[in-house]
Amino acid sequence: MNYPSVHLAAEPSLDAFGTDNGWVIALKALLVFVFLVVFTLFNIWFERRVVARMQHRIGPNVNGPFGLLQSLADGVKLALKEDIIPKSADKVVYVVAPALSVIPAFIAWAVIPLGPVVTIPFTDIRTPLQLTDLPVGVLYILAVTSIGVYGIVLAGWSSGSTYALLGSLRSSAQVISYEVAMGLSFVTVFMYAGTMSMSGIVEAQAQNVWFILPLLPSFVIYAISMVGETNRAPFDLAEAEGELVGGFHTEYSSLKFALFFLAEYINLVTVSALAATLFLGGWRAPYPLSLWDGANEGYWPVLWFVGKCLAFIFFFIWLRGTLPRMRYDQFMKLGWKVLIPVSLVWIFGVSIVRVIQNEGGVDQQTLLIIAGVIVALLLASAFIPEKKPADEPAEPAGDFDAFAGGYPVPPMPGQRLPDPVVTVPADASQDQPRSDARDLDAPTNEEQSRG
Amino acid sequence: MDLDLYVPILAIGVLGAAFAFFSLAASWLSGPRRYNRARLDSYECGIEPTPQPIGGGRFQVKYFITAMLFIVFDIEIIFLYPFAVAFDSLGWFGLIEMGLFILTLVAAFAYVWRRGGLEWD
Amino acid sequence: MTPELVVFWLLSVLTVASAVMVVSTPHVVHAALWLVVTLGAVAGCFLVLTAEFVAWVQVLIYVGAVVVLLLFALMLTRSPASTTGATSRNRPVAAFAGFSTFGVLAVVLTSGFRGIVLDLDSQPDQLGGAAPPERIGDTRSVGEAIFTHWVLAFEVLSVILLAALIGAIVVSGRVRDRDRQEAAAGGGS
Repeated sequence: MNYPSVHLAAEPSLDAFGTDNGWVIALKALLVFVFLVVFTLFNIWFERRVVARMQHRIGPNVNGPFGLLQSLADGVKLALKEDIIPKSADKVVYVVAPALSVIPAFIAWAVIPLGPVVTIPFTDIRTPLQLTDLPVGVLYILAVTSIGVYGIVLAGWSSGSTYALLGSLRSSAQVISYEVAMGLSFVTVFMYAGTMSMSGIVEAQAQNVWFILPLLPSFVIYAISMVGETNRAPFDLAEAEGELVGGFHTEYSSLKFALFFLAEYINLVTVSALAATLFLGGWRAPYPLSLWDGANEGYWPVLWFVGKCLAFIFFFIWLRGTLPRMRYDQFMKLGWKVLIPVSLVWIFGVSIVRVIQNEGGVDQQTLLIIAGVIVALLLASAFIPEKKPADEPAEPAGDFDAFAGGYPVPPMPGQRLPDPVVTVPADASQDQPRSDARDLDAPTNEEQSRG
Repeated sequence: MDLDLYVPILAIGVLGAAFAFFSLAASWLSGPRRYNRARLDSYECGIEPTPQPIGGGRFQVKYFITAMLFIVFDIEIIFLYPFAVAFDSLGWFGLIEMGLFILTLVAAFAYVWRRGGLEWD
Repeated sequence: MTPELVVFWLLSVLTVASAVMVVSTPHVVHAALWLVVTLGAVAGCFLVLTAEFVAWVQVLIYVGAVVVLLLFALMLTRSPASTTGATSRNRPVAAFAGFSTFGVLAVVLTSGFRGIVLDLDSQPDQLGGAAPPERIGDTRSVGEAIFTHWVLAFEVLSVILLAALIGAIVVSGRVRDRDRQEAAAGGGS
């Protein structure tokens, strides 16, 4: 998958940024903003339709062609709902929290590259299809999204409600846990690209291969942690409705709720765009299309880029349609005990291989094979089940009392339900042997009540 | 390092903030407002709300340990980034340095793990 | 005054003003939020001073992680809604500690860095091997500096982090004990 380097003239480097004049910046910012809002409306509709198909339903199909305007209708409906500020809320923080959650979501998009340098129609101004780029682009995205955690923490805390507080706590612990795994998965990408700027990483993949091929484990770790980071199924523990009602936004209504919803879907697109940029070649055309010379020029790359993002979003929806929600302890265990150790081992493996490559000495092919074997072994060892401190003692068969806790519970695997109590007429009960342990404790009481 | 690069970030930040505060204002203006004592109580599945969140608002110490681990690993990450970017010019020396650094942190991580700091119930 | 200088002064004023709010607001969670503003403004100062990498690290670590830890710790030790906790009886001692730390830092930093000028306008051929202006404060130069000049500090840092984690576990020593109790109680349920 080597790409012909024919379009290097259109390649944005850091020199191409910071040269736009005022109205170009304003126009581009406005376009990114509109793109995000419209794409969010589309994604909500897309998710509902796809999940519906997976569940043999039809999904929203009334408002607009194919039901496309459904999300817009929902938004208008939300705007007409009462704006509730609970009595127990900390008012200022409660009102500011949705804004704190949505503003970082927008700002993070400033460095996402959507395409090469293009000419704005009807003018001869050339500008990259990216708002701006920083030498520390990816770090910038990580830092800005980490500010988004405050929206969650503060929303839950300021609501003054048990469910909201618990939800925000869970949610923030979840986001920070998976942020570590996410951050670690980028390290090997930077090693290969030699830069942290988004356009630089796209460029490095154009001269090399897409990083998903040499760095597949990093991509897998990123793909898992991006689901955890965005609080999506199967990791949507923060809004496990059976336990926590709505999670951190339980008390929110009207457009404040809509802002949280918008932030969540923008973050979804952001992590997808990040995955596409870091691992799937960014806006560059995928293989068969890249044979066409014009594929990486003009406005076509926007299409490829949005297509890649949509593929990730479909993946998110597919997960939601397929997998049940994980338990919180399983989820934290996956993050801390699997993803992080595996990432560290992988980073170390990659850096050893790369330093040997750089310093020379060993034949590259044998090196790759050895490294592959070692990494595979280490990966396999990470999945060896941890030794439990003390195995649960096996319940003796037949000892099971469904009412032991005061309320009926079903038997665990391996336990046997007691034989059903034989109901007999009161006069004959004296002679019947009992199998129910509870009755043996207080037979006289039972007899008295029955008598 | 060029501050011009930050002007577009400012631009989209202003747009996002304007949108957010417009929405906050709009939701206050466009919705109905009918006073209802029960509606302004915090949500508690229909029962009388408790005056304070559970446990007086306090919660498990595990969240604290998680946050502490998060900081430590975050710091590790921000050292790994310049290490990765400058990797090709650092050679074996840089790798050994980073190896020592990570080894120390892994020791701490293993300690937390053994002491049950990663267990959730 | 150049635009950078204006921005720098505005950010400095914001830093100091929000820092005053941190220590004067009676509500602990609000104090934590003002601390976010303070740390964010410091990040802005770093940015204007061409330390781009450090600026975003400041946002990621201090704004995104340390204050979250602080909020967790606040909620851990007392009810987040209480307003009483932030008032302290030993204010004079705290003020003394704060001002003397400030004094030490001010003296050390000004004596250490007085007269050092980063030349951002010189041409690459005049630099004589120093980093070119556009690379000052960027990730690669920071990485090369850490891993060649500041090796010892870097390795000592890992020991500090080790100590911090062990401290956190010891402070929350109940974790293991409670697990033992649960194991003793029979893990049946």
